[in-house]
Amino acid sequence: MNYLVTVAIFIGIQAIAANGLNVIVGYAGQISLGHAAFFGIGAYASALLTTKAGMTFWQALPFVLLITGSIGLLLGMPSLRLREDFLAVTTIGINFIVESIFQYIPFFGGALGISNIPSIRLFGTRLRGWPFLGVVAFFLLLSLLANRKFTKSCAGLACFAIREEETAAASMGVSPVRFKLLAFVIGTAMAGIAGALYAHTMRFIAATDFGFPHSVNFMSMVVLGGIGTLWGPTLGAIILGLLPEIFRPLIQYRMLINALILLLMIRFQPGGILGGSSVLARLFRRRPSHG
Amino acid sequence: MDEIILEVRAVCMQFGGLHAVENVSFVQRRGEILGLIGPNGAGKTTLFNVISGVYRPTSGSVLFKGRDTTGFPPHRMAELGLGRTFQIVRPFPDLTVIENVMVPLHLARYRNILASFTSWNTKTIRSEALRLLEETGIADLAELRAGLLPLGNQRKLELARALALQPALLLLDETFSGLRHEEIDIIANLVRKVREKGISILLIEHNMKVAMGLSDRVVVLDHGRLLAEGDPESVRRNPAVIEAYLGKGSMSYAS
Repeated sequence: MNYLVTVAIFIGIQAIAANGLNVIVGYAGQISLGHAAFFGIGAYASALLTTKAGMTFWQALPFVLLITGSIGLLLGMPSLRLREDFLAVTTIGINFIVESIFQYIPFFGGALGISNIPSIRLFGTRLRGWPFLGVVAFFLLLSLLANRKFTKSCAGLACFAIREEETAAASMGVSPVRFKLLAFVIGTAMAGIAGALYAHTMRFIAATDFGFPHSVNFMSMVVLGGIGTLWGPTLGAIILGLLPEIFRPLIQYRMLINALILLLMIRFQPGGILGGSSVLARLFRRRPSHG
Repeated sequence: MDEIILEVRAVCMQFGGLHAVENVSFVQRRGEILGLIGPNGAGKTTLFNVISGVYRPTSGSVLFKGRDTTGFPPHRMAELGLGRTFQIVRPFPDLTVIENVMVPLHLARYRNILASFTSWNTKTIRSEALRLLEETGIADLAELRAGLLPLGNQRKLELARALALQPALLLLDETFSGLRHEEIDIIANLVRKVREKGISILLIEHNMKVAMGLSDRVVVLDHGRLLAEGDPESVRRNPAVIEAYLGKGSMSYAS
């Protein structure tokens, strides 16, 4: 039972980060292959604030959001002026740079990472197992609600317009830079929360937890579940989180299997499991693009 | 000053060694339909892109409503009251037709981050969008994905979107091309109705019958330069214009 709870916790945390990536990639149409960097920034921010500054998880949380969001804003400003493949390469670069900073700067614990990160406490009790899963589920629900609200807001519509046809969107009064940045900040802040939860469940983090392969993994979840749909990234996180557990003997081939799934999806169901044209989509959603 | 809606002052636009627009100046009066014509590659669309802020001119300036707007980005020009359509249509393909029109209807909310978090799918905005679709004659297609529409209806959609901005000046880039005769008549009537509301219109048009029929005045570009300017009748008889379109020695056939 404990094992299942642990798996569920990890799936939930990754789903929150994937929901954040969905805002950037699915709603605003901007590719980001550096999402794990912001997951890492959230994890390190929370780990440092709780171990070095002596805050509790809850006290640190607003700062984690602020720090991850601001770094997202700062890195997004130059990057989001680029389009498509240039943006993809730049975000990959961001991921490697952030990972190296964690790895080589002593302040971040260097290669040893940060250990003894305190557990999350609520009303004086340490949360492990089921109660911790409850906290993760709460934040997952929050991220889903935020995404739903976003798709129904004018800002969401502006992002859809940019995703569909940037030049036309600009000529309708939508500032592409402003709304791409907004989506990027919201998406990276969500990754930050997920990273903080990760840090406090693992209680030990190191730079390699936030490398480029993890960014690819987040992207796979979004694409597999259904890019730009409300429930797609969560579904993707569940499937990609359960597969390695179910196929334990094939763990060596994990990346190979993930790649195969992704290729098959792109070939046969490019919108993802819940995407516009899929059969399942009609069960979950009424129309494309609004989740 | 209020008489003039748009002034293009000695605008030059170079791409590397290519002089796409060279020292072009003209003015457009408020409420005027001004035709911008010229052979392919004359620099008409480039000039549109300079006016609407897609390009910053190499030199020269653009004055919109008496204000120097040279180098303003496109979304600022939209805020100031400039609407446009595109030569190669650019609908939001995965949004429905009515949603396409709702994008510009929220113009005022995009400027303020807090306001941009209000809901976009409201009854008022929806009915306003529907009214614009009725005006352009595509209200029955409101719930279809815009990418599925044939060219003629996509052009009508672009017109509806541009009108949704409640522009003071409307730039129409070959809105009539690729349309059937009946469709041309419908849109031409629509353009006249738009003008009656006091909206000035600058249009690029290859169909001479349409361009001459609609325009109060015509500006002719050729190889990036201003070739002629005047009322349709005098431009039609201008030897330089006939030469640009038909080549030297065509005078006798053209009249």
